[in-house]
Amino acid sequence: MSEPLLSIENLSVRFFTYQGVVRALEGVSLHVEPGEVLGLVGETGCGKSVLARCVLRLVQDPPGRITGGRILFKGEDLLKASRKRLRQVRGNDISMIFQEPMTSLDPVFTVGNQMAEVVRLHQRVDRRTAAKICAGMLEQVRMPDPFAVLRKYPHELSGGMRQRVMIAMELSCNPALLVADEPTTALDVTVQAQVLAILDELTRKRGASVLFITHDLGVVAQLCNRATVMYAGRIVETAPVERLFDSPAHPYTKGLLEAVPTLEEDREELAAIPGMVPGLVEPPGGCRFHPRCGRVMPACSRRVPELFRVRPDHFVACHLYGAEA
Amino acid sequence: MHLLSYLVKRLLYLVPVLLGVTLLVFVISHAIPGDPARMMAGQKASREAVENLRRSMGLDRPLPEQYGRYLWGLFQGDLGVSIRNQRPVLDDIKDFFPATLELTLASMVLCLGVGLPLGILSAVYRNRPLDHVSRVFSVCGVSMPVFWLGLMLLLLFYRNLQWLPGSGRLDVTLAPPVHVTGLYLVDTLLEGDGRKFLNALSHIVLPAFCLSYVYLAIVTRIVRSSMIAVMEQDFVVTARANGIAESVVVLKHCLKNSLIPTVTIAGLSMGELLGGAILTETIFGWPGMGKYVVDSVNFLDFPAIMGFTLVASLGYVMINLVVDLVYAFLNPQIGY
Amino acid sequence: MASWQRFKREHQWRIRELLFTLCLMRRNPSAVAGLAIIAVMAAMALLAPWLAPCDPVRISLSERLSPPSSAHLFGTDELGRDILSRIMHGARISLRIGVMVVSIAGGLGTFLGAVSGYFGGRLDNFIMRCMDVVLSFPPLVLAMALAAALGPGLNNAVMAVAFVMIPKFARLVRGEALAVRQKPFISAARVSGAGDLWIVFHHVVPNCISSVIVLATLVLGDTILVASSLSFIGLGAQPPSPEWGAMISVGRKFLMDQWWYATFPGLFILTTVIGFNIFGDALRDILDPRIRR
Repeated sequence: MSEPLLSIENLSVRFFTYQGVVRALEGVSLHVEPGEVLGLVGETGCGKSVLARCVLRLVQDPPGRITGGRILFKGEDLLKASRKRLRQVRGNDISMIFQEPMTSLDPVFTVGNQMAEVVRLHQRVDRRTAAKICAGMLEQVRMPDPFAVLRKYPHELSGGMRQRVMIAMELSCNPALLVADEPTTALDVTVQAQVLAILDELTRKRGASVLFITHDLGVVAQLCNRATVMYAGRIVETAPVERLFDSPAHPYTKGLLEAVPTLEEDREELAAIPGMVPGLVEPPGGCRFHPRCGRVMPACSRRVPELFRVRPDHFVACHLYGAEA
Repeated sequence: MHLLSYLVKRLLYLVPVLLGVTLLVFVISHAIPGDPARMMAGQKASREAVENLRRSMGLDRPLPEQYGRYLWGLFQGDLGVSIRNQRPVLDDIKDFFPATLELTLASMVLCLGVGLPLGILSAVYRNRPLDHVSRVFSVCGVSMPVFWLGLMLLLLFYRNLQWLPGSGRLDVTLAPPVHVTGLYLVDTLLEGDGRKFLNALSHIVLPAFCLSYVYLAIVTRIVRSSMIAVMEQDFVVTARANGIAESVVVLKHCLKNSLIPTVTIAGLSMGELLGGAILTETIFGWPGMGKYVVDSVNFLDFPAIMGFTLVASLGYVMINLVVDLVYAFLNPQIGY
Repeated sequence: MASWQRFKREHQWRIRELLFTLCLMRRNPSAVAGLAIIAVMAAMALLAPWLAPCDPVRISLSERLSPPSSAHLFGTDELGRDILSRIMHGARISLRIGVMVVSIAGGLGTFLGAVSGYFGGRLDNFIMRCMDVVLSFPPLVLAMALAAALGPGLNNAVMAVAFVMIPKFARLVRGEALAVRQKPFISAARVSGAGDLWIVFHHVVPNCISSVIVLATLVLGDTILVASSLSFIGLGAQPPSPEWGAMISVGRKFLMDQWWYATFPGLFILTTVIGFNIFGDALRDILDPRIRR
């Protein structure tokens, strides 16, 4: 078994706010293999965006702080890296795409200026060469008339085009890992399909790994090799995609899948998971899902479930599968 | 190209505004309670002189006709005749303009040279000691009575420490430099007279600091708040995520974005400079338009006051136009 | 008592908001500091006739121009009058000017802005052009021209400064009115037969109230600065009025040897305006709907 490209071990993040200490991530562990697309699924507020930002240490120190764990990239702990080393990694070995294409680009500089900035920083080429590289990237994301686009300002492009520019920019230095934080959520459905196709094609061609964060199970099914489910700051299940959809183990995952209406079944009501996502200032003790779980046991409120192994590549954080069962 | 069409649009918009300005000045000077003719002639003029003036100025004609005559006079550069020295007001203003210009420019340099870096540092090191100090400084600045500040500066630097002179542009023992621009700092350098240059510099320090203090506070505040707002934007995170050094992020991306609201507010606040010049020049005996108009007020020299008001407003409108153009230049989203 | 209950019920949302605002104010150090300064100055102004150690107009030539002492905390002026007492009475004048200007400019400006923003079209265009014209003058310059034309004197200065401050309110309220105009409850009111002016007063204006209050606080501070500048130049309050600017104008003649004369009145101007500015800024943050949640 080769070493994973990215390995997050026991990561904990707290946010210190006026309302109290928010325990955004608690003991989160996951790994991404070279060349695979890992989907990170969860509802809004479960901490997946925070996790994504932690990889590149983009969480602002006040108010957020990484209180424990390691993030190993090719064996190197990024949390211990110097600022200089971090800058070398960012945009170069690990790249990130964000959710809002409308605001992710600087409005007062041209697209070309911003793309070239990244290319020249990491590849140390002159302006002409950088422009050629950028135009080449734009072609790969199927942008018509790349050189003209380089001269445009972000507000002259549509949302879908801007997101493609982002993809081009982030892949221009050939990173080994791409972290995509809900890149298509803000786009129309048709544009979504286009962008996903481009993302899929380019990363596969380059053999890059993708950590794909989303709340859309459909996208996970389409794009990802493996999937990890998060709830209220913790990992609850992780498995290859077909397994996850065919036989989900965790009650929360099951609830999520049931909530998706299908055309095949005949149903009277939409199935929803009862209750609400807990606040993270004082989260429920033990398993954070236990107040809403249909199969809760006494142990659930007392002890935090570890990730139990159900199959060789399928892990669940649920006492139902632990020693108690 | 879009900049040019924007300029034309703005200039066209200017016309009704300028007309409105002249109308307002006209209304103030001609249609206010009291006798305009007596105001123009002065309190000491004889009855006959007042009547003569009333006729010659056409003050017995209907108001719209008076306004027409007034506008026509303006086009010819006729701002009236000063009561104090019987010279055309325009000539007086031309004489005193360079001194005010020099003081205003020096103040602006001070403002931007100190205000910009201070605001940036305040934003970057937010809520640390430097930020707190600069915020206290800012609040004091916008709350400061300029004339009082000038007096306190005089007390400290002129009377107590005796470091700097208290009035005028040059020591009375020195002759002014040959008039090229009217700006002593420039003219003394052109003349090659180093000693005179230093002397002129020492004279301008206190008034420039006094005048700029309020404005400096405004600039610092606006730079700080727009930088903070910009630094929370998504594209800043994108830049950092791409490995761009923090200093580049701040000085390239954040600064250019925050310059836009900064320039707007800083430009509009120039009115404070022009108003403050009135007070500063009076305190420091700086022979500019501000001191001129205060002396005119004391004398109730009405034509001079109105002439100055008109010129000041014209200058202010021009400054705003320049600010708008700079704004359009900085912000690619304007003009499309 | 039934009407009191009804009042409480109808306005219970507003009362709750008010209490919440007061609670936020208490926890905000700038708000507390600013309010404290304002309260002290206001108290000084209101209670000056009883609080002042000496009679502000009592002339005592034997004590003229004496430095600060236990008898005269801030020294005496050229006629031997106690400067501290005069400053305290000057506070009455300054605050009175401030309140009058803000009332006039705030009232007129709010009305103009609301009407302009709500009705739109040519009326809006015309009013805003007029505001642009007034805003084309540096504020002190215009106030000075107006005050000179109207003649020296406190009331004329008040009118002059109020005129200069009107556009600030007009612009602010117009912006808010434009936003409010689109809201559904306005259409609902119109559909149910409410007259336009009634809508302006009952719906548009109350929605702008918090921003107007913030602006009024800041303008009050500004007014004191402009008014004292006018008095300093010789317009506005005239000697022997104990207005702070006028005192500094006289004190300037004695600056080099009797530093206290010009220093203390100015210190009070500075402090009072700081109080209004700090409080106004804090209030703006407190009333900002995003922060309130």
